[in-house]
Amino acid sequence: MLDQTATALAPAPAAAAPAIRLTGLTRRFPGAPAPALDGVSLEVAAGEVFGVIGRSGAGKSTLIRCANLLERPDAGRVEVLGRDLTAEDEAGLRAARRGIGMVFQHFNLLASRTVAGNIAFPLEVAGVPRAEREARVAELLPLVGLAEKRDAYPARLSGGQKQRVGIARALASRPGVLLCDEATSALDPDTTAEILALLADLRARLRLTVLLITHEMAVVKALCDRVAVLEAGRVIEQGRVFDVFTRPQAATTRRFVAEVIGDEIPPGTLAALPPPGPGEARRLLRVLFAGPHSTRAVVSEASRRFGLDLNIVSGRIDAIGAEPFGILALAAYGAAPAVEAAIAWMRGLGLAVDDLPWAEGGA
Amino acid sequence: MIPWLPPMLEDLFLEAAWQTLFMVGAAAGIAVLFGLPLALLLHATAPGGLAPSAAVNRPLGLLVNAVRSTPFIILMVAIVPFTRLVAGTSIGTGAAVVPLALAATAFVARLFENALREVDRGVVEAARAMGATRLQIVAKVLVPEALPGLLAAVTVTLVSLVGYSAMAGAVGGGGLGDLGIRFGYQRFMPEVMATVVLLLILFVQGLQSLGDWLVRRLGRR
Repeated sequence: MLDQTATALAPAPAAAAPAIRLTGLTRRFPGAPAPALDGVSLEVAAGEVFGVIGRSGAGKSTLIRCANLLERPDAGRVEVLGRDLTAEDEAGLRAARRGIGMVFQHFNLLASRTVAGNIAFPLEVAGVPRAEREARVAELLPLVGLAEKRDAYPARLSGGQKQRVGIARALASRPGVLLCDEATSALDPDTTAEILALLADLRARLRLTVLLITHEMAVVKALCDRVAVLEAGRVIEQGRVFDVFTRPQAATTRRFVAEVIGDEIPPGTLAALPPPGPGEARRLLRVLFAGPHSTRAVVSEASRRFGLDLNIVSGRIDAIGAEPFGILALAAYGAAPAVEAAIAWMRGLGLAVDDLPWAEGGA
Repeated sequence: MIPWLPPMLEDLFLEAAWQTLFMVGAAAGIAVLFGLPLALLLHATAPGGLAPSAAVNRPLGLLVNAVRSTPFIILMVAIVPFTRLVAGTSIGTGAAVVPLALAATAFVARLFENALREVDRGVVEAARAMGATRLQIVAKVLVPEALPGLLAAVTVTLVSLVGYSAMAGAVGGGGLGDLGIRFGYQRFMPEVMATVVLLLILFVQGLQSLGDWLVRRLGRR
């Protein structure tokens, strides 16, 4: 039953070209001191979930609104499903938009229409005949778990239910790409988890291509394949979610990652550690376990081999997608050459070892 | 029918009530007919609207304000040539409908515009994102979403029209208000005045209750 539904709902197989390609997007709002977007380029492959994360004011909203030209960039190209939207006229743009679904932070449902009426709306706009609209709505309602709410008005729905309607509506015309504008930011944590699970499920079943923006790293961790970090209208870092999480480069990225990974050293921990003994070095190391050696007893082995005292000051084991990883902060005590040798040995195993400054909160 | 009035006045009351009903009804009908497109035009051409155009919005807004700021009794007399052009005469109940409709159109257009402005911009944006045309946005989003507000605006307009229609006596329009002035005031018949006031109060109450009921019905969804 589900498989049938999935086949029926699956978008047409996309070409090898990226589903979304944004090139050099620049947008400056009149009177604003700085541009909202300053030469942003990114590509979303077909079937990929791409997240853009940033603080408020970083330009994420402008970015996603540029992807269907709700906001027209001052410069740059927006290509979606092989079509250059910036070159389309009004009618062409409307036609292109019918192939782009969008989910909104504040749902933006029509209060004057029932759940079914809202879901059918994009089809109605596109001139799909009534019988076909109704069949499609009947197909979508169970998919988002709202079969019972068909004739309810939005005012009677909870936030989570409203967003389910928003998602069903966005999928109604079988769009080739889905844009999610802070889809969970207006929801409480439980409902957020529920909606993220729904999106992950739909994504897997329908092989959706998604561009989403968020300010919550948890959303990126739960849904995305790749992520770009936006700051002051520029992409400061991008890559596979696993890589960005385990080896964040920019300071902003590290702060975002710390929100969900929580690998910062608890305050007071370092001050409570003993001073180094005579002739002893004391180093603070951040060790990332990922890949084949993530399950090896590296800490005790290093301690034995190199005669070190290794004190774990913080640690976290987690997984992104199906890839497990661990991050440990170690206070290492021992002869300076032995500590160096241990670091080299760990790096030899493919672990990433960073030297942290011995300072409060230095993570 | 009305025990405290001499029977000969009853016919006058009946006629006056009809005249009031006719003037208010006809003027309101015309006002809604012209007021809604006018409001949609004002809304669409406003900055940030569906088709922003200061060249349309400013003069239109000025015109609406000009009509609205002219006291009704003055407006009625000032537009007599126009009334004659439209109604063929400047005297009588039919002729009184012209200035009433004009004043009510400007009035209801502003109220409609406010109701349209209350529609969540996000919903309009969602419709744009789905590829809706501007006409579809007006017909399927703006008007249905603003409907409770539009209905409330019609109610307020009807109630105001009842008040305006009392001035229609100045151009021989008749109606309850005119009856009150001519018999109740000028002929010292306080019982006529009291009856006129009572009937107008009942009339307005009825309109308001009906309007509120309709808005509530829509608002429940």
